[in-house]
Amino acid sequence: MTIPGGGKEAPPAVVVRNLRRAFGDTKVIDDLSLSVPAGQFVTLLGRSGCGKSTLLRILADLDNEITGEVRIASRRAVAFQSPRLLPWKRVWRNVVLGLPGRPDRARALAALAEVGLAHRADAWPKTLSGGEAQRASLARALVRDPELMLLDEPFGALDALTRIRVQGLVEQLWQRHRPAILLVTHDVEEALLLADRALVMEDGVISHSVDVTLPRPRSVTDPAFVELRAELLARLGVGAASPS
Amino acid sequence: MTIQTFPAGKDGQNTTPGEGAKKTDSPGTPVDVAPVLTTVVPAGAQRRGLPRWVRRPVGPLCLLAAWQIAVWTGSASTELLASPWTVATTFADLVGNGELPRAILVSLRRAGTGLLLGGFAGITLALLAGLFRLGEDLIDAAVQMIRTIPFVGLIPLFIIWFGIGERPKTALVAFGVAFPLYLNTYAGIRNVDANLIEAARTVGLGRAGLIRHVILPGALPNVLVGLRFSLGIAWLALIFAEQINANQGLGHLMNRAQEFQRTDIIVVCLVVYAVLGLAVDAVVRLLERLLLSWRPAFSGA
Repeated sequence: MTIPGGGKEAPPAVVVRNLRRAFGDTKVIDDLSLSVPAGQFVTLLGRSGCGKSTLLRILADLDNEITGEVRIASRRAVAFQSPRLLPWKRVWRNVVLGLPGRPDRARALAALAEVGLAHRADAWPKTLSGGEAQRASLARALVRDPELMLLDEPFGALDALTRIRVQGLVEQLWQRHRPAILLVTHDVEEALLLADRALVMEDGVISHSVDVTLPRPRSVTDPAFVELRAELLARLGVGAASPS
Repeated sequence: MTIQTFPAGKDGQNTTPGEGAKKTDSPGTPVDVAPVLTTVVPAGAQRRGLPRWVRRPVGPLCLLAAWQIAVWTGSASTELLASPWTVATTFADLVGNGELPRAILVSLRRAGTGLLLGGFAGITLALLAGLFRLGEDLIDAAVQMIRTIPFVGLIPLFIIWFGIGERPKTALVAFGVAFPLYLNTYAGIRNVDANLIEAARTVGLGRAGLIRHVILPGALPNVLVGLRFSLGIAWLALIFAEQINANQGLGHLMNRAQEFQRTDIIVVCLVVYAVLGLAVDAVVRLLERLLLSWRPAFSGA
């Protein structure tokens, strides 16, 4: 595996060993191990109910009813499928929420400018469009200068056009700041457009890992891309390549 | 309403060269029966006559006029109910000699003190029960039990405990006020969106930060609903309390009027109660508009 900007293996941003999580008798994650080096863009694919969101919640330290070893970068940020902005705080105050010290407007504005939302800094969250709210939520993640960004289907609720723009934005932000990113998605194209490595999760473990070495920016019409997509779809049990 | 009907088959049909009147099933050919079209009448065109703010007071004014006319013609006894005109002049007299403003002030002070005490108790208990598991176990069951007591039934007990001065009146208001505030604040805290709490945890807010930035602002709309209920109950409690052993205040004014059969004074007091109730409700609505300006529902009427 090649890591951008360095020949040797980067230090890990996520280390998971023998992780198990059960809801009652149902084992959702069953002896899962995973390592994400700093700066790598990883996408986690899987059918709904395969445990990928549970894994992300564990990595976000929102769920600790677990056994096994989990180590995560201490500077991390999360963006969810819905933006989850506090409706009673103006956008810029949402962005710097939780940072130590007094709310720093300049810092919020800088992060908002990066996602192209500086002009909405003083708006109430409920007046934002879906794409704007999701970009504000990315700014809230970004302002923490994270070493690890956990993204739980952040484009899932966006319309097709906004989705493409926000995907592009995430790629740009990643290239500029180089955090490790773990993106949970069920969209194979999205995974292949963005990822250095695409993981497939199945029955509580990582069942498959694909290194995506296509040059960026990637195109969905690139034959190599099409081939990878067919392979991944087959792994997920759908698509033209599955009947064998 | 006007209905415009376009005659069928006049235009469009001749555009198919050669075929004439013959119809085909291919897309793009005109249909043989034209739909009957109805013109939508714009809402503005339907409104006519007097504007609403003129029409709405007409009903109450007619009622007042009927009342006054009934008194003049002698078909209504002034012994039972004074005429509107007498009520108006009595109002002017009571304001002129300072009796009414004094009574209003005394009553407002009772209601205000009771509201502050009861509100403080209700909200404090709700915070303890809402924010801490231990608080919920200790407080909630007890409060739910006590709130089933009709508070008016406590008057005899309060007179024994607090005598006949200001304290039983304030206590009754406080008791009545505490429960709606408790229930709504508690529900507000418990119903704060768990997703927001989760998101706030991921940005590093601790327990104190969560309470300050997420839970309390999230519960605020419910607290204000509780406040409106409480204010309604505060007036009710006050009227009950002042009917008994009061030597000043609006209730006392009404009681004395009853002894002298002064129905005009009673009506003045009732109107004052109603107006004060309306005024207080307007204050809460203003408060809502200021504190909840983030809610899209509050576009400002």
